[in-house]
Amino acid sequence: MFKKILSLLLVVVMCAGMCMALASCSDDDNGYAITPVAKENIKIGLITLHDENSTYDKNFLDAMDAAVASLGLNKDTQLIVKKNIPESDECYKAAAELVDAGCQVIFADSFGHEDFMMKAAAEFPEVQFCHATGTKAHTSTLPNYHNAFASIYEGRAIAGVIGGIKLAELEAQGKLTAANYDADGNIKIGYVGAFPYAEVISGFTSYFIGVKSGYSMAKQMSGSMPTNSVVMEVKYTNSWYDEAAEKSAAEALIGSGCALMSQHADSYGAPTACQAAGVPNVSYNGSTKSVGATTYLISSKINWAPYYELMINAVIGGYKIQDEYCGGFAEGSVQLTELNRDAFLTDDYYNMAVNALKMTDEVEEIFSSYSMTKDGEPIKSYMANVHDDPAFAGDTEVIKTVGEGERAYYVFQESKFRSAPYFDIIIDGIKVPQN
Amino acid sequence: MEEKSNVSQTDAVTAEPNHKKVREPRFHIVKRDVTDKKTPYIVRAIAVASAFIICTILTVLLVDTNPFEYIGLMLSGSFGTFRKILNLLQKLAILLCISLALAPAFKMRFWNTGAEGQVLIGGLACAACMICLGGVPDALLIPIMAVAAIVAGAIWAVIPAIFKAHFGTNETLFTLMMNYVAMQLIAYFATIWENPKGSGHIGVILDGRFPKLFGQHYILNIIIVILVTVAMYVYLKYSKQGYEIDVVGQSENTARYIGIDVKKVIIRTMAISGAVCGIAGLLLVGGTDHTITPQTAGGQGFTAIMVTWLAKFNPIYMIMTAFLVVFLETGASEVVSKFSDSLNGSYADILTGIVLFFIIGSEFFLRYQIKMNKKQEEMN
Repeated sequence: MFKKILSLLLVVVMCAGMCMALASCSDDDNGYAITPVAKENIKIGLITLHDENSTYDKNFLDAMDAAVASLGLNKDTQLIVKKNIPESDECYKAAAELVDAGCQVIFADSFGHEDFMMKAAAEFPEVQFCHATGTKAHTSTLPNYHNAFASIYEGRAIAGVIGGIKLAELEAQGKLTAANYDADGNIKIGYVGAFPYAEVISGFTSYFIGVKSGYSMAKQMSGSMPTNSVVMEVKYTNSWYDEAAEKSAAEALIGSGCALMSQHADSYGAPTACQAAGVPNVSYNGSTKSVGATTYLISSKINWAPYYELMINAVIGGYKIQDEYCGGFAEGSVQLTELNRDAFLTDDYYNMAVNALKMTDEVEEIFSSYSMTKDGEPIKSYMANVHDDPAFAGDTEVIKTVGEGERAYYVFQESKFRSAPYFDIIIDGIKVPQN
Repeated sequence: MEEKSNVSQTDAVTAEPNHKKVREPRFHIVKRDVTDKKTPYIVRAIAVASAFIICTILTVLLVDTNPFEYIGLMLSGSFGTFRKILNLLQKLAILLCISLALAPAFKMRFWNTGAEGQVLIGGLACAACMICLGGVPDALLIPIMAVAAIVAGAIWAVIPAIFKAHFGTNETLFTLMMNYVAMQLIAYFATIWENPKGSGHIGVILDGRFPKLFGQHYILNIIIVILVTVAMYVYLKYSKQGYEIDVVGQSENTARYIGIDVKKVIIRTMAISGAVCGIAGLLLVGGTDHTITPQTAGGQGFTAIMVTWLAKFNPIYMIMTAFLVVFLETGASEVVSKFSDSLNGSYADILTGIVLFFIIGSEFFLRYQIKMNKKQEEMN
């Protein structure tokens, strides 16, 4: 049995070798070093889009508190937080005021803050500006402007495996109906996404790959070779936070027969709809058990505290800060939150899920030709839009060929050329709205 | 509204009808006859002072601070550094510009609640020029942006004006609904001009940005709003059209009687109102943000209604009322930032709300006064 588990795990985690490359997305050496700051003199600025009432911003605020505490800094005198700063010139104004207040390093948490952080970075070269989820640091000539993200797709994939195990349990317990299958006998699952943006596409694709492998693994472990697989339908809300739209999108997907749901948007809309319909939900950004007592399965999230500590320590020590930071499980940047026993019907499948969580050490090469195809073919070459050029033309070959001849396979190198995701291929088995 | 006196007396009587002796309340309310020039200022000063005292007490009770620190934070948040003063003036300029836009419409008693949308449409037209005419030299592009923003804002305001003038539709609802149409249009164009792809987000546009003057951002914005303020003051007070607006506002029938074309005045005035909103959109997109989102106006189209009302539609008073609102916002957000553990952004709104409540409440005391009743002799 153990061998079987191992071989199946390999479907997801095939081969080794890129972990370190992922951890340091960029290593251009421009000799930039900064003046060290005494620890007792360091002052940190943090700009957030909303306040702790938003799960997204709370994640950043909590991480900063944790980082400041772990570094032994005085929160009252060494940290200035500016909340509710919109994605407009207000962000530049807030950053400039933080500089005036003596901050040597300033963080911002929202994608739309990027241009205004860069405006401030150009004006205050002696201050370090660190922006989460942005895409422009690696092409910018500003040495004091930096981006950060996490290889969250790894967390998504593991959370997907848990979802797949749950699907196998539903099937084994006879809880699925004819409506849950498509014409080819594949189980239908649903996903509520915010925008058709690479960050979202990368997230749902890795999740989908995880679900497929988790389902297949669980079926084999319970003694049957699966002949079917999983198909996923995606609905976009075109907003990062729209509780009503997320809820109704989830309800529509559940109504069309989706047996498992997940989402990438910041409200409780989709998890609430899942609990009402009794459909299991793989969550994001943190546990949503409070609204999904028996349907919330697990959640993946980014923990920003390791990144904050690294950057603050770099400023204290005067070390060169890399343009891009992209942490994974190893750095503690990607986390899985509590697995919910109450969402499982049997101990067997629950224990299977508990064991699957141990795969975090080995998860690599999720986007490989073993796990995905496009139009029935492996993806052997893809020019991704890494540099955000205005024409959105692909500019970087991101597929790596591993091995030779018959045994060659192909890997999409996500988050290698910049920290923010750029995987934007709609692979076989996933259905997105056509426009 | 007119006869408020004795109301409280009647209440007292009906509340205790079976009492043998009728108790006189301690005070009653009477309408002020003719207020002298000083009284309004005294009343308002007392209102503002009491509001600040209440805010101070509330803050001291909620967080670990003292009144002096609180007042210090309010002041340093707005005037602490040169940059903060400049930022304050920039915010003041935008809010004042939108408030000025509302003044002629309100004076005409046309309740234009659509400033938010008119600003956004002006900004959208401006952004469209910046994106589609990229490469045109800024010296030519900026005037084109200005014309586009002004025309777009005017069109957005004229649509409800035409319906009001010709079909008597309710302008409050009509202009309000136009705000949401404008927001959705921006959300729609954001998906067309989005950068990066799929994000639904227009990044900073590099063409057509206002130049720095004297080495500072926003100076051009401030100069433009000063000019608009003077122009609006002169227009409303000294021009024939300003007089027509006043007459239509007082009584449409009178206006008709003396030969004013009411429909024309309504449409013309709203075109001006929308055009000035368009200028605010230009200042926001071309002079400040260099991008546009449905939140670009940030609710200032609604805040401006209050600013305009408090100033009694007078452009010069508006400088003061807009300043008060902006000062409260920036000062309160400094307080919130200092105590971010126990307070959040809502507290800044609460403080602003308290002050405005007192100021609006003080209007009551300008119209009415409280008279203490003389102590009644024992009735039996």
